[in-house]
Amino acid sequence: MGLPEIFFYYFAIMAVVTAGFAVTRPNPVYSVLFLVACFFHVAGLFVLLGAEFLAALQILVQAGALMVLYLFVVFLFNLSEAKSARVVHRQAGFAGIVSLILVALMVIFSVQGVFRGPFRELVRPQTTDNVSFVAGSLFTDFLLPFELASLVLLVVLFGAIVLGKREEGE
Amino acid sequence: MIGLTHYLILSAILFIIGVMGVLMRRNIIVILLSIELILTSVNLNLIAFSHFVNNPTGQVFVFFVLTIAAAEAALGLAILVTLYKNLESINVDDVNQLKG
Repeated sequence: MGLPEIFFYYFAIMAVVTAGFAVTRPNPVYSVLFLVACFFHVAGLFVLLGAEFLAALQILVQAGALMVLYLFVVFLFNLSEAKSARVVHRQAGFAGIVSLILVALMVIFSVQGVFRGPFRELVRPQTTDNVSFVAGSLFTDFLLPFELASLVLLVVLFGAIVLGKREEGE
Repeated sequence: MIGLTHYLILSAILFIIGVMGVLMRRNIIVILLSIELILTSVNLNLIAFSHFVNNPTGQVFVFFVLTIAAAEAALGLAILVTLYKNLESINVDDVNQLKG
């Protein structure tokens, strides 16, 4: 087993374990922290796949900015009440069964080679670095969606301010 | 040799953990976190295909998914704060005003 396999299995197992902890912890603070660990390991997988730019973005945006935002909101709420309450929903048993059937189907289809096709033999030529690889596509074919993304962020900025604003006389 | 199948299975498992979080938890914060996990598993899928097909389009779409994830988190948390101000609760069971 070579080095890429060892790294893949380390990142994969740790990502699944930390994701499982993040979803099952009763206290949301631990959920957020486990999810940060999960995002770091997924970023490692991105590096293994040759997407260094998106790995950096994953750590900066997802693990850094977003999770800090979540932590702020968690700290705003009264946690003692949330801890005493029942953790799982009434529909948990049925939802768990349906989810397990779904994951079994996805794994079966992946293993049976529906997506295997001609993909395995292709090897990516490392002519350019990853940033120019992505940017070349982003600023030519996807220029309009890129500009629209900035518009979406502006609208979200206004939306969050309007939602968070106190009503008159409150 | 790690192939596309390995990444697809890993991504499926992460996706299902996220779906289970959305369906089984009562805490709205954990539900929003699970949605982030689902988006991350989709990103992993897109990057894996981008790597094995040698096409940068998948990575560009991951860029957009990250943007939308940030937007979704900001708006979701703003709605959550407003909801908490009105209901004094962050459990999904208490949000049933639209029930007929």
